[in-house]
Amino acid sequence: MVPTTYYVGLSAILFAIGVIGVLVRRNAIVMFLSIELMLNAANLAFVAFARQQQSVDGQVIVFFVMTVAAAEAAVGLAIIIAVFRHRQTINADELRLLRW
Amino acid sequence: MGFVLFFLLGGLMVASALGVVLTSHPVRSTLCLVVTLFLLAVFFIFLDADFVAALQVVVYAGAIMVVFLFVIMLLNLQVDPHERTPPSWRFFTLGGASVFVLAVLYLLRAAGTLLPGPGMQSAAPAGFGSIEAVGLRLYTQYLLQFEITGLLMLAGVIGAVVLAKRRVG
Repeated sequence: MVPTTYYVGLSAILFAIGVIGVLVRRNAIVMFLSIELMLNAANLAFVAFARQQQSVDGQVIVFFVMTVAAAEAAVGLAIIIAVFRHRQTINADELRLLRW
Repeated sequence: MGFVLFFLLGGLMVASALGVVLTSHPVRSTLCLVVTLFLLAVFFIFLDADFVAALQVVVYAGAIMVVFLFVIMLLNLQVDPHERTPPSWRFFTLGGASVFVLAVLYLLRAAGTLLPGPGMQSAAPAGFGSIEAVGLRLYTQYLLQFEITGLLMLAGVIGAVVLAKRRVG
């Protein structure tokens, strides 16, 4: 049997890849995809700990994370469409109106 | 689940997750993320979370990723030649993320045996992770949170329509 710690380690690696994606890429859609990657890394840790504790609570929380991810994707992509309509770009470096 | 299978699928998953970050075209990034989500569903099945695995495939890989693909198609994005971050920034990001992963792995190695609960060795009780078990918990103990989730989805739908619609008149 693979111990729980291996799954949590894998989840940490996935989360770090997501962080790198958000910080290095400047394309807004790829940044969103990296955020989804981070949410899924958290899901993997939740499910692994649920199996460790033999409690369904972790899986219920994964359900909630999925709904939050769906709402976030809908609103975020709508914002991207609105921004693209005004500026003809979704490069995060060129959207600097609110930047200090 | 054997160690060989775990490392094989885990390696594949890390490779496809790296593909999300490293490929230049957004469509390829999205398809790499779909592969990652499918492999994650396989891990969920090995962790006795059948219902969550089905949700993962249907909702995440099926619905959310299709929304992403639709938006990419609508925007008709080309590969952006100006997408460039300074090398020093990349170096710091990579270093910080590596330190984070190594710290978590060290922590797990040091304290991994202290995790509470019965653990992986003992077999899961019958029906663990089935739609019945998850649904029963969801509609009794987490009922209020479930209702709030409905409110969140409603707010998300309204927000998306208001933000994305063209100004009329």
